[in-house]
Amino acid sequence: MKKILVYLESQKNTLKRSSLEAISAARNLAKQMSIPFAGAIINADPASCQIAKEYGMTEIFNIKSNLLGKYTCSGYAAAISQLANEKGFDCILLSANVAGLETAPRVAIRMQAGYIADCVGLEFQNNDLIAKKPIYAGKSQISTKVETENKVFTLRPNVFTAVKEDASSLNISDFAANITEKEVGAVAVSTMKNEGKLDVAEADIIVSGGRGMKGPENFHLVEEVASTLAAAVGASRAAVDAGWRPHSEQVGQTGKTVSPTLYIACGISGAVQHLAGMSSAKYIVAINKDKDAPIFKVTDYGIIGDALAVLPKLNENLKKIKG
Amino acid sequence: MNILVCVSRVPDTASRVLVGSDGKSIDSNGLKYVVNPYDEFAIEEGLRLREKNGGSVTVVTIGADSSKDILRTALAMGADKVILVKTDKLPDSYFVIHNLAEIAKEISPDIILLGKQSVDYDSLQVAPSLAEILGLPSVSLVSKLTIEGNKVTAERDIEGGKEVLETALPCVISAQKGLNEPRYPKLPDIMKAKQKPIEEKNAIDINNRTSIVEMSIPSKKRAGKILTDSDGDIAELVRLLHEEAKVI
Repeated sequence: MKKILVYLESQKNTLKRSSLEAISAARNLAKQMSIPFAGAIINADPASCQIAKEYGMTEIFNIKSNLLGKYTCSGYAAAISQLANEKGFDCILLSANVAGLETAPRVAIRMQAGYIADCVGLEFQNNDLIAKKPIYAGKSQISTKVETENKVFTLRPNVFTAVKEDASSLNISDFAANITEKEVGAVAVSTMKNEGKLDVAEADIIVSGGRGMKGPENFHLVEEVASTLAAAVGASRAAVDAGWRPHSEQVGQTGKTVSPTLYIACGISGAVQHLAGMSSAKYIVAINKDKDAPIFKVTDYGIIGDALAVLPKLNENLKKIKG
Repeated sequence: MNILVCVSRVPDTASRVLVGSDGKSIDSNGLKYVVNPYDEFAIEEGLRLREKNGGSVTVVTIGADSSKDILRTALAMGADKVILVKTDKLPDSYFVIHNLAEIAKEISPDIILLGKQSVDYDSLQVAPSLAEILGLPSVSLVSKLTIEGNKVTAERDIEGGKEVLETALPCVISAQKGLNEPRYPKLPDIMKAKQKPIEEKNAIDINNRTSIVEMSIPSKKRAGKILTDSDGDIAELVRLLHEEAKVI
């Protein structure tokens, strides 16, 4: 491997946290392999790149194209692979968020690269770059490697630690991408933010409710604890299938796989497909009436009791700390 | 409308996963295999598009003879034609993508539908990769799809919100839960599907671009401290989270 390129996403004049995590991962890898790394960003305000410097970035290519004003996975992929080919980058890192998971496979095809999605580890071992990746929603994990010269990886958000290490200097240069209309493909025409609502995929703390919440009318108890902890609200498949909660909140094999610092499962028994989606959480708390519920096999702290009765009391106690 | 749906065969999501004797793949003994849950949304969407616009739905999978069962399910749901691209090797995603692209080139569909991910390797990569090879636009994780004439409008959840994308046919769409409610095949249709032909082709053998070094079952030691629902224990839980785990 010769050179690593990290794809950076700016948001509100700063970089997304997942991009900072990717920079740190690239920096570690570059250090282990004694090779250089740089960043790529699309139509960014140079000011938003400066934050990358605090995380050790010394070089950023600002990809310019008036056809890339709105998100397009095919257009972005064309630009990133063009930059990589011209500047000799053979290892590309992106975040495993919606945009990254859609863009990276296209970059890989363009670069005739092997691609490994949603990595939770990336290490240089015995002259091989080994990527760790959960499969079956985390029921299992593989150590895997790319056999081609060019390599593309996406990194699961919230897993790699973003570590500050100020670079002595940051060089930002423009890269004019040569994109055709046809390459633009599907374009994002509008986005709607769930104001004030944290997404389970990005949250540090998740409070989830399941069938034991008894009905949608009781989910305010989950929401209140989530609000005290500045956490996201999650739900089990049972709660989503019953129409109590939107699918965007579903945690599990047919929902989202999450790796928060703290996961609080309320009235969730712990079906195999749910456990698959959340068992990589650092700490797991469960509140459930049934002492034999499978969820208690994976918990750090459990309360045997009715979530409907326990949650208000838990919230009171949390408020004493969170004030 | 010429519709192509690509499907994969996966263990039922209620399955427990064990590592097989090769240390690189799962132990398939006793596992129940099903159509990848997200692919059911893709098949359903294909059938609805055909009901609305006419045309035909072709369903394809890459795999061994054992994969015929999921093609029979697709036939029972209402697919017009099914294709098994046969291989006995354990393919990586690129092998699958390459072979799907070959089928797509033969069929020249107006739309290609797939599940957003296969719930085995969870890579979400087939739709965009396939589209890139074919030079087509794609939208992944679609939960609402509207097609008027040539114009395609797709809605999806993104981190912390929703996004609407526009493109044109032909294109590749990957389906998220919520796109539709897949139909259950009726018993007479299941019986009829058993008599219908399955077209078989041999896969084009190409080198894998990735390889598995080792597969493992992650196990994390958990404290497993169990408390009651007394006021004292609830307070103790908060203390443990604050002072022992230091996560709040």
